Amino acid sequence: MADAAATAPDLLPERFAGWFEDRGWSPRAHQLDMVAKAREGRDALLIAPTGGGKTLAGFLPSLIELSERPPPNTPQGIHTLYISPLKALAVDVERNLMAPILQMGLPIVAESRTGDTGQARKQRQRVKPPDILLTTPEQLALFCAWEGARLYFENLKCVIVDEIHAIHASKRGDLLALDLARLQRFAPGLRRVGLSATVDDPDVIRRWLACASPAGQQDPPPPGEGDREAVEGVEARKKTSKSPSVGFAHSSPRGGASGRPEDTIDLVRGPPGAAPIVDMLLSEGRVPWAGHTAQHAMEEVYETIKTAKTALVFVNTRFQAEFAFQELWGLNDDNLPIALHHGSLAAEQRRKVEAAMARGELKAVVCTSTLDLGIDWGDVDLVIQLASPKGASRMVQRIGRANHRLDEPSRALFVPANRFEMLECQAAREAIAENRFDGDPARVGALDVLAQHVMGCACSEPFDLLALYDEVRRSGPYRDLPWEDFEQVVDFVSTGGYALKTYDRFRRIVKGLDGLWRVRNPQTAQRHRLNVGAILSPAMLTVRIAMGKSLRGGRKVGEVEEGMLEMLDPGDTFVFAGQVWSLVAVTGMEVLVRPATHKDPKMPSWGGSKFALSTFLAKRVRELMFDQEHWKVLPADVREWLEIQRDRSLIPKDEEMLLETFPRGKRHFLVVYPFEGRLAHTTLAMLLTRRLERLGAEPLGFVCNDYAMAVWAQQPLDGLDFDELFDQDMLGDDLESWLAESFMMKRAFKGCAIISGLIERRFPGEEKTGRQITFSTDLIYDVLRRHQPDHLLLRCARDDAATGLIDVARLGLMLARIKGRIRHAALDHLSPFSVPILLEIGKERSPGQTGERILAEAEGDLIAEALA
Amino acid sequence: MSALAQPRQPYAFGASPCGGLRTTLLGADVILRTSGALWIEQARMLVVADLHLEKGSSFAMRGQMLPPYDTRDTLARLAAEVAAAAPQAVVLLGDTFHDRTSEARLAEDDAQRLRDLAGLTRLIWVIGNHDADGPQTLPGEVADELTVAGLTLRHEPQAGLQPGEVAGHLHPCARVTASRGSVRRRCFVTDGERMVVPAFGAYAGGLSVRDQAFAGFFSRDPLCGALGADRVHAVGWRSVAGD
Repeated sequence: MADAAATAPDLLPERFAGWFEDRGWSPRAHQLDMVAKAREGRDALLIAPTGGGKTLAGFLPSLIELSERPPPNTPQGIHTLYISPLKALAVDVERNLMAPILQMGLPIVAESRTGDTGQARKQRQRVKPPDILLTTPEQLALFCAWEGARLYFENLKCVIVDEIHAIHASKRGDLLALDLARLQRFAPGLRRVGLSATVDDPDVIRRWLACASPAGQQDPPPPGEGDREAVEGVEARKKTSKSPSVGFAHSSPRGGASGRPEDTIDLVRGPPGAAPIVDMLLSEGRVPWAGHTAQHAMEEVYETIKTAKTALVFVNTRFQAEFAFQELWGLNDDNLPIALHHGSLAAEQRRKVEAAMARGELKAVVCTSTLDLGIDWGDVDLVIQLASPKGASRMVQRIGRANHRLDEPSRALFVPANRFEMLECQAAREAIAENRFDGDPARVGALDVLAQHVMGCACSEPFDLLALYDEVRRSGPYRDLPWEDFEQVVDFVSTGGYALKTYDRFRRIVKGLDGLWRVRNPQTAQRHRLNVGAILSPAMLTVRIAMGKSLRGGRKVGEVEEGMLEMLDPGDTFVFAGQVWSLVAVTGMEVLVRPATHKDPKMPSWGGSKFALSTFLAKRVRELMFDQEHWKVLPADVREWLEIQRDRSLIPKDEEMLLETFPRGKRHFLVVYPFEGRLAHTTLAMLLTRRLERLGAEPLGFVCNDYAMAVWAQQPLDGLDFDELFDQDMLGDDLESWLAESFMMKRAFKGCAIISGLIERRFPGEEKTGRQITFSTDLIYDVLRRHQPDHLLLRCARDDAATGLIDVARLGLMLARIKGRIRHAALDHLSPFSVPILLEIGKERSPGQTGERILAEAEGDLIAEALA
Repeated sequence: MSALAQPRQPYAFGASPCGGLRTTLLGADVILRTSGALWIEQARMLVVADLHLEKGSSFAMRGQMLPPYDTRDTLARLAAEVAAAAPQAVVLLGDTFHDRTSEARLAEDDAQRLRDLAGLTRLIWVIGNHDADGPQTLPGEVADELTVAGLTLRHEPQAGLQPGEVAGHLHPCARVTASRGSVRRRCFVTDGERMVVPAFGAYAGGLSVRDQAFAGFFSRDPLCGALGADRVHAVGWRSVAGD
């Protein structure tokens, strides 16, 4: 890396150099590198840890360029577009950006625009664009669907995508990549800049960000012709010629047919920063057998909070957040200002907590992933992770929340809630120390998102089919999009893509005599614009305090996901927003509650976001477990637990899977330990129980957690052929027949139907509730599956379900890994490893204190039995 | 839940071999069939309500391209019912078409399916609010309402107690709760004197039987016949939750 001091004067104009000097700063090497890349007209990806002046590095070239621009006679349009995955981040960056602009007295207008921006300001921004616009992917998609988008962006010089690591591998990332390709078309000289936290493989992000066309031009159909004819003649044409792609003039030589797409994006790395100090809290040196709440360690957590200036206490689910918050307040004799922050709380309430934190008024905030991403909330000097982190990268992000000064180490404390989590925390500590991270799986752009984009393009201006195909393939996720898929998507957008061609007369987009496709009428375009975006949140119900006897809603307490309350009847009690409430009624989209008079909630938990254990971390846990030398770093009771497991049952080798069978009570158990996360295990259990039923083994039930899966039956299960039972062919017919009927397919289909525009979330003037959508998409799913099982949207839904909801991909890799490597231990009673999973049986069904007592007793018995 | 004294005698019902639920309606023997059709024994009559044919294309006209298979799906199920029950008459209890131009949008093979049905059995169209004109070209008799076996068949249920009325229009659905969770299903709803039958159409949505629209219809807490995969489940009012 070049010596910063030597190059600074060349790269930085005097005004900027002076500004750094006045603050007593010197520009960092990566900040100057970013300026140099801009001077060379190169696209760049900056990878730097939190606190490295990353945002400034991204904006510095634009600020310089704008400051050198001669005073314009006419408005020049947007110069730099900044995209952040979080609304709040866009607003926050606007604030931070104003400091250098004002302090240097630069003639630059920077404004944010999010879903929350007022109509007047939005209108003004359209008429009189700022120099720098800070916005979200959804707002950009909306821009791209407006008439006149081309004119609006034609002078765009630079686009900055922040927190790129958090968005690229998702449907939002697909949509953003498509819109970047569109912007590049409007402004061919546009320069792309990506800002990312440290990742395992930067090339994945570089490929996503690159605007290069696919290597070697994959048989594009010849230019000029329209669609139907082109469609029908595509096979013939493939043989004819390698015709040039249509009119995409890119100013710089990047993205040639040779070379890899990622090579068009220069990589700039920030300094690594001081290594974090990560400790593990072992309550009185002991780790509990099971559980997810870390209740045992709360007193010590509280004591640790006292020693910090401001602590962030991260948990994995909303339930854990509510629980930990209550526990800490129960211990809070010093009346410390401890707050709660999670996605179900009312937005105003969250804003209040954030503001108090920024003012340094809070001692601790218990939070979920809502505080994972880049906003600087005050002077955090300690991060506490309650229960396991589930992945190394997310943990590094969270640790980065503590201490935004690069040269000082961040401080973090892991609090494992059970023994497997203890192993996981240890593995995560070691990975962080070695600077190793979870890898992102390669992603192919989703077709439902493409459908939305194609419709958006038509709403903006007429398009040529082949030109659009060419443009779409200049976005990372769609680089290898086959022509047939594109064609199918366009047909879907136009007529629904049905084999039964009765909708041709109702086309949403039509081909004109000029050969261009355009939206059918302005109403259709308006309705599309109301439904732009690829964020699917479950329908949320508003929780309000019931007023008087009438069923009227008073103050808003927060929002809960629809479905959370399905198990509750009026009069039942539950914990929410740190209090115990009694359910009064559910009316339409509102949940009416009253403060509960007694404090034992009937339902202490509900599902929040639940992260799966990352493949990378799971592998490290298996390695740690297998390597007996390594056990020395573990606390005595965990070591003893592993030793007894080794003596009573066995410890599998790294790539092996342990399978135990044993009787207990009147039941016979089969327990496996694949360490692939709850989702994949649940899918495995669904498929396995079908097989066991077919074999006449009569399985009675199953239970899964992140580490293991247990099945039980009335008869012994140890005589089975396990290699055959776990054969990969279970992912064939068994999977298909289960999936077709499963609610997960219906849920995935609903998502695809909404994103693709088959179902509209919003009509002008009315909002469809989630419940209404649920009902109709299920009916549509059933009908479509019976009459056209190969329809585009069913394909999308299946892909989504397979990756997201049931993790089939991961299950497939696991089955391949353990093939011929199942180690069977036939035991005469349960093993130390099996205790945590057996303790999960019945846990979900016995809420309240009574259940806890029963469990406590059962736990004592089980442990005694395992150690006997 | 009503706190009023309830008539003490429980509802009398039994299973029929086809998975349906056998009960009486103002003394007439009826079977609530798994398909959502009502069988009136004495007249050997099959009653289906709210087919909403061409609802898919009605949405497509406005730019929402729902799969165009709803009409054939609905008619295929109706044909299967006719084949299984061999009725003397089929009563289409109103809202057979989703809108006034639906009939004109029918695909030719779907129109033929309806004509075939009319060839097999007496086809009676009771008209509803969505299709007040009745069929234009398709065969069958047209009626505002119909009296058979002491029962009055009409599309829209009338307010207050209406002993002997069989109606559709409301698309009744029940959310049934049990300890393991809850499901929402189309259902028949009856107090033994009148009945509202579920919608038969593939895309017809549903309205909770706990909705105000059903208030005052029944002389006591009604019984729901919820449509299951292969049988109709008799569900007490206590087990039916609001949405």
